[in-house]
Amino acid sequence: MNSAPQEAVFYILSAAIVIFSVMTVTTRRILRSATYLLFVLFATAGLYFQLNYSFLGAVQLVIYAGGIIILYVFSILLTTTDKDKVARLKNSKILAGVLTVLAGAALCVFITITHNFGPTRYVGDEVPMKVIGTALMGTEKYQYLLPFEAISLLLLACIIGGIIIARKR
Amino acid sequence: MEIHMEYYLVVSTIMFFAGIYGFITRRNLLAILISIELILNSVDMNFVVFNRYLFPEQLEGLFFTLFAIGISACETAVAIAIIINIYRNIRNIQAKNLNQLKD
Repeated sequence: MNSAPQEAVFYILSAAIVIFSVMTVTTRRILRSATYLLFVLFATAGLYFQLNYSFLGAVQLVIYAGGIIILYVFSILLTTTDKDKVARLKNSKILAGVLTVLAGAALCVFITITHNFGPTRYVGDEVPMKVIGTALMGTEKYQYLLPFEAISLLLLACIIGGIIIARKR
Repeated sequence: MEIHMEYYLVVSTIMFFAGIYGFITRRNLLAILISIELILNSVDMNFVVFNRYLFPEQLEGLFFTLFAIGISACETAVAIAIIINIYRNIRNIQAKNLNQLKD
């Protein structure tokens, strides 16, 4: 870990995340905004891979980049009209937003840098897939069968709710 | 020179506040939803980084992120269904026009 290529990868991915997340919220066209969000999610998956959480990176790519962004693009194409770009904000509101965000970000970065997190140690091992599987399917302490089942119920409820809300009457 | 944990945290802080900015300045419902997606993603990144750097033997951060990704997928699906329904009713999805729904 922490060889020169690793650092280069980290800096490239961080720069991509910062630039594209700012562009996501500043561009005026919503389809471009969704595309930049896709780039941010790709770069985040890259950071997960760089931290050696390959399973999580794969999940991020499949669910976010493969599923959610497609949903966004389709719904944008279904709902966007030409009038949407006309609505512009007043400059005072944009200024208030920028000031709030800059103050909050400065405070959070200051606290993050000055806070002592205790001893950090980097153990860069890949988590074996077998460990993840047994932790996901077990019922003991630090095992996650109950939230797994709960989230399956939540997904079922979302399927039914989505159909009922969006169906034609 | 090595990569400290704080570098990741600063990156995710910037992503979080970009999301906040979009959330309070956008007027399109889908754009607001995209900003929420940014915020959720930055929190996921924090979980993973804390897991890797502070408690490398545990797996809590990984599983929190896994479940957070699943829950945000649910949330997006239902929110987009609601937004499409709103579009059917009032023919646009600007937040300032939402009070037309009660007519």
